[in-house]
Amino acid sequence: MARKRKYAMIIDTKRCVGCSACVYACKSENNVPEGFCRDWIVQRIEGDYPKLTMLNRSERCQHCENAPCVSNCPTTASHYGGDGTVQIEPDLCTGCKACIAACPYDARYIHPEGYADKCSFCQHRLKQGLKPACVTVCPTKTLHLVDLNSNDGEAEKLMRGREVVQDKVHAGTMPKLFWLM
Amino acid sequence: MAGGSLSFNQHKSLKAAQTSEEKVVPTLCELCFWRCGVNAHVRDGKVYKITGQEQHPLSNGRLCPRGTGGHGLLYDPNRLKHPLIREKVNGKEMFRKADWEEAITLVADNFMRIREEYGHGSVVTFTHGFGASFLKILCASCGMISAPSYAQCRGPREDAFKLTFGHSVGSPEALDIKNSQYLVLIGTHLGENMHNTAVQDFADAIGNGCRIVVVDPRFSTAAGKAERWLPIRPGTDMALLRAWIRILIEEELYDRPFVEENTVGLEEVREGVQDATPENTAALTGIAAEDIIAVARDLGRYKNHALIHPGRRVTWYGDDTQRERAIAILNALLGNYRRPGGLFKQNKYGVPKPKFPIAIVGERKFVSRYPFASSVPASEILQQTITSDPWPVKGWMVYGTNMIHSLGNQAQTIEALNQLEFMVAIDVLPMEITSYADVILPEHTYLERYDDLDDRSFRVPYVGLRQPVVPPLYDTKSGYEIAKMLSEKMGKFDLFPDDVETYLDGRLREVNSSLAEIKEKGVLKKPEMDFYRKPWESLKFRTPSGKIELASSKLKASGFDAVPRYTPPQENPPGYFRLLFGRAPMHTFGRTANNRFLGELMPENELWVNEITGKDMKLKPGEYVYLINQDGVKSKTPIKIRLTQRIRPDSVYMVHGFGHTHPELEQAFGRGASDADLITHLDIDPIMGATGMQNNFVTFTRKA
Repeated sequence: MARKRKYAMIIDTKRCVGCSACVYACKSENNVPEGFCRDWIVQRIEGDYPKLTMLNRSERCQHCENAPCVSNCPTTASHYGGDGTVQIEPDLCTGCKACIAACPYDARYIHPEGYADKCSFCQHRLKQGLKPACVTVCPTKTLHLVDLNSNDGEAEKLMRGREVVQDKVHAGTMPKLFWLM
Repeated sequence: MAGGSLSFNQHKSLKAAQTSEEKVVPTLCELCFWRCGVNAHVRDGKVYKITGQEQHPLSNGRLCPRGTGGHGLLYDPNRLKHPLIREKVNGKEMFRKADWEEAITLVADNFMRIREEYGHGSVVTFTHGFGASFLKILCASCGMISAPSYAQCRGPREDAFKLTFGHSVGSPEALDIKNSQYLVLIGTHLGENMHNTAVQDFADAIGNGCRIVVVDPRFSTAAGKAERWLPIRPGTDMALLRAWIRILIEEELYDRPFVEENTVGLEEVREGVQDATPENTAALTGIAAEDIIAVARDLGRYKNHALIHPGRRVTWYGDDTQRERAIAILNALLGNYRRPGGLFKQNKYGVPKPKFPIAIVGERKFVSRYPFASSVPASEILQQTITSDPWPVKGWMVYGTNMIHSLGNQAQTIEALNQLEFMVAIDVLPMEITSYADVILPEHTYLERYDDLDDRSFRVPYVGLRQPVVPPLYDTKSGYEIAKMLSEKMGKFDLFPDDVETYLDGRLREVNSSLAEIKEKGVLKKPEMDFYRKPWESLKFRTPSGKIELASSKLKASGFDAVPRYTPPQENPPGYFRLLFGRAPMHTFGRTANNRFLGELMPENELWVNEITGKDMKLKPGEYVYLINQDGVKSKTPIKIRLTQRIRPDSVYMVHGFGHTHPELEQAFGRGASDADLITHLDIDPIMGATGMQNNFVTFTRKA
């Protein structure tokens, strides 16, 4: 049997200019309705004039290994995709919002058609051997989709020598977005 | 779980069946003027997404947010959908729907009448963008002047580099940013100024560990990437550049062999910058002397692999050509010409240009009063329209440029408009300027039309094609059809072939290709240039001396300073703040403010105000205020206050392109404010006629 994949995303904040190409590419790829998004940019400024620092972060669903949205979903609509991703089956979703309350990353919204929606790592593209739309569009090559179960060394190469930050690890979610500082 | 997966797969296969109608068409973007290759994805006859073209050297498969949201323009409900003619009904002026035959006849008749009455050059075309190429041919063959937006953008840079190196920087800029080891940006906000390839190169430079210095009154995104942010006092950049020149020369940090072999005027420059000591410069610029010295020494350390970026829109203070000259001199001293990380010269693919007849206009050939204007300054034509000196201008054709928002000094633009006997506007959306037209001709959007071949200089010489992706949605026409119809009405029957395909195919046959081939491929490419200079190469420059002119012989001969001199900027009137403006990555000037898709990413602009200033002026974050400038002119719309540490306390900043007042722009109407309302003072560059826009100052009022 083929080795199981474990997709994760590595995001190089040094390269990111916060342009939002990832946000709109996702919206058109996934037909995300007006007023919502599956990924977004956070820009943080710290310090006092003129000693300032800036952090640009492209954010989305963390595709947690221990995902509260999955464990809190009463209908199994939220489920593990088997490739390290967390997916939603719209037909099973009742729009009860238990997952939205459970998600520490505020990654979900209720689609106007009544189901919870969020980043899928563009699973339909992964199946065609393509990278997610946000990764493909990114003009600064900030975003990298990696397979942590692969031995291609890509994740190690990207992280080598870099400070790696994860979000709300204390929540025990085992998130799979890695920001390089 | 298994059930979920099964159902998911079914869902997918259903989707696959639905997508069988899909096609992908390679074409060129027009959301800004960089002209990236894009793939337009069409499903059931509708463009649903746009991605970067893998094979296109400007996109490399990647794209900025504007290009990604380009179909927001195609499907904009407020588009110009049919020709419009101004008419007086019961004393009230309004636009009525017209057919093309009537509208084109009216335009041609009026232009011919004006030309008959006032002579050649009495009709002028203002253009911004690639779609104007065929109209420019029409103008040349009918004795009409055409004025691009050069004097409001990168004109001073191009002319300064021509004077120094004998060639311009060009667009896309011939800068080897991705291989730079030390990059200095002067007000250039790469990352907010979102030219795809330039930002790709900038990110590669960051990835390669390039050290970055940003000189900017505002903590830009680029400043967020820099090891040093130097929040310079606005208007004193020239002082800083001269100080760096002085240190490079005095401390012998310049590339001596290169400078000795390839430049003239070092001694004159040395003399000319004697006053620019680090201490004097610190007092002028507000930048500490040790920072000034440290950067100069770093420049000297990286020399050939360091780059002072010449910027893009550099029409700031009226001495912009000289400031750009100072930047050119610094780069020359570093010896970075055609070295990894420096300046270079790039080539075209080289599709021969078809020969079109050019009208003989005799005495009426436009000669700018600004001796080094290498293009027609729009602002000068505006003046001529008002004064009729040296001859009257009575007809305007305005293509794709919203002059009310782009030129500054709106009162002057309106005064000029009032002198006209006829004006036609060609655009895809209603804009403030189109309201002044007698006839409005609606153009196809870039996704519905062919344009001329894109054969520009780049490190990978290429030809790009813009081709229609979907049939036109409305009763609009392409620039080609408009130019052809006008030419025939004006008696030039053979100017253009019957259809644009024949024209494009004819051009491509000259390079052993065809329209069919490029339609399929999207782009023709040659191998990347090997532009790095070889040790045995001797360099020649197209300047009077054949060398890089550190001191400019041409400027000197025309009575200008051969070595750039510092002029102090205008001071802020008490209680007023300098108005700075720039770009955001998701918008292009005022052209995209009505795009619903991009509007979601950024619906309005905000006024950046330093937190200390905010406290002094009792401004609350998020409140809306009107702005009043030094001449008592108030912004037409209010703007939201953003209190931030990211700007000097003496300046305020907004993204250009908002504050639209055209009621038919439903998305953009009344959102944010326009800097153009407040730029009543222009400083004209005496060397080439650029309009400096940044000596304007504002204060706040809550009164509507």
